[in-house]
Amino acid sequence: METRPSFYDEISNMMYATHGEPISTCIQCGTCSGTCPVVEFMDNTPRDLIGMIRADLKDEVLASNTYWYCASCFHCNVRCPARIDIADMMYTLKRYSIWRNQYPAGVLGPTFAETFVKMILSGGRSYEPVLAPAYIFSYGMQGFLNEALTATGLILKGRVPVLPPRIKRLENFRRMVGHVVPVSNLVGETE
Amino acid sequence: MKAFAYFPGCSLEKMALSYHQSALESARRLDLEFRELDDWNCCGTTAYFAIDQLLSNTLSARNLALAEKLELDMVAPCAGCYKNAYFTNVYLKHDADLAEHINEALKEDDLHYSGTIQVYHLLEVFANDVGVEEIKKRVAQSLNGLKVAPYYGCQIVRPRKDHEEVEDPRYFEDLLSATGATPVNYQLKTRCCGGSLLITSRKAAFSMARNLLQNAVDNGAQVIATACPMCQVNLECYQQQINQEFGAKFNMPILYFTQLLGLALGAAPKELGFGSELVSAASVLSQIQKKEAGK
Repeated sequence: METRPSFYDEISNMMYATHGEPISTCIQCGTCSGTCPVVEFMDNTPRDLIGMIRADLKDEVLASNTYWYCASCFHCNVRCPARIDIADMMYTLKRYSIWRNQYPAGVLGPTFAETFVKMILSGGRSYEPVLAPAYIFSYGMQGFLNEALTATGLILKGRVPVLPPRIKRLENFRRMVGHVVPVSNLVGETE
Repeated sequence: MKAFAYFPGCSLEKMALSYHQSALESARRLDLEFRELDDWNCCGTTAYFAIDQLLSNTLSARNLALAEKLELDMVAPCAGCYKNAYFTNVYLKHDADLAEHINEALKEDDLHYSGTIQVYHLLEVFANDVGVEEIKKRVAQSLNGLKVAPYYGCQIVRPRKDHEEVEDPRYFEDLLSATGATPVNYQLKTRCCGGSLLITSRKAAFSMARNLLQNAVDNGAQVIATACPMCQVNLECYQQQINQEFGAKFNMPILYFTQLLGLALGAAPKELGFGSELVSAASVLSQIQKKEAGK
């Protein structure tokens, strides 16, 4: 029987394809974990996660919230003595987990990312109010009220657009996107 | 007069309009010409990378092509737009296959990118192209020792672009000193504000923003100067919620560095978008005016 590429191979290859450095050079020094500003909220430290990938612990890696908690601040990247693009590795795992529809229950990242991209592809520019339903109901009643209060403050200061902005050559823009992402449901509504 | 192709980015249309206004006003007073890209689109932000990096690069490439059409280097005031445009530019210059693929897509909008321009962040243009000495000469109203915490955030400094200083950059401080302000030294000046975790992992983001605010307060800052719309929103618009969450009493104005620069160059607060703050900047303005009056 042909051997399937391991999980480690898959992640490494995805990183190669998107200009990331390989993770094979990791010396498990933990500089990334010591640097990460979000580490206390992660199930596993970045160092752990690299070790887990190399040990092919696919299900454990995907079940960890770590990669969806990466804020891509690139602090680990610039300090890594092996020059591993750790933030890109986290993005790679995000992509992989969306493709496999396999990520920890309760993480909001996948829905947020998809909502965001659909929003941009429908008008060409960002329109913050569209994002609200992707998260606002997950903070409980107090969180909901606080968020409404913040939004009201912003609206009163004229900082929230009333209508979604649209670029002029939207049809060209959509065809351009269609060239690289030939998936119609990502390209958004043509209303 | 030096000219740049100006890519404001989505936030500056409304949420960060004061950044847009103060960037243009400061540029005008420093004899820079900023020509806005015609029909620019979203840069891709951080959300795209989780979906598809090629898509992200294509969106940035369209903006690069629009700038190249003007035969001008690009300047972006938003740290996120800057980082995405910068690295897309690097990839397109070094990866012929990627460039060919993306140029095929750009044809749909009659565009082509050949890789002839550079990408800069607004902070770099003021600090390097105009220069600290020139700004000193142009200062019409010194900020008279106002204690300003320069907040670099992430994407301007990282990932590493070349051989620049990533642990302790100083050009933001130098720029503030040129305006007569006193830059505050604080450890977290290049730490993350929480970014889009504010939406997806709120507890983590609030904690990160709280640490930043606390660090600036502990070191005597009267105001934090930002160079990124997302940092500004996280630190300012959510300051009240952060106070509630941690039982804190932060009342820290968060201004765009161009608003402070513009004041120093003699612009009126109204020309710089003052008045749309959720945390009042009155203390900053009165401090400058008081010093001015007592001179």
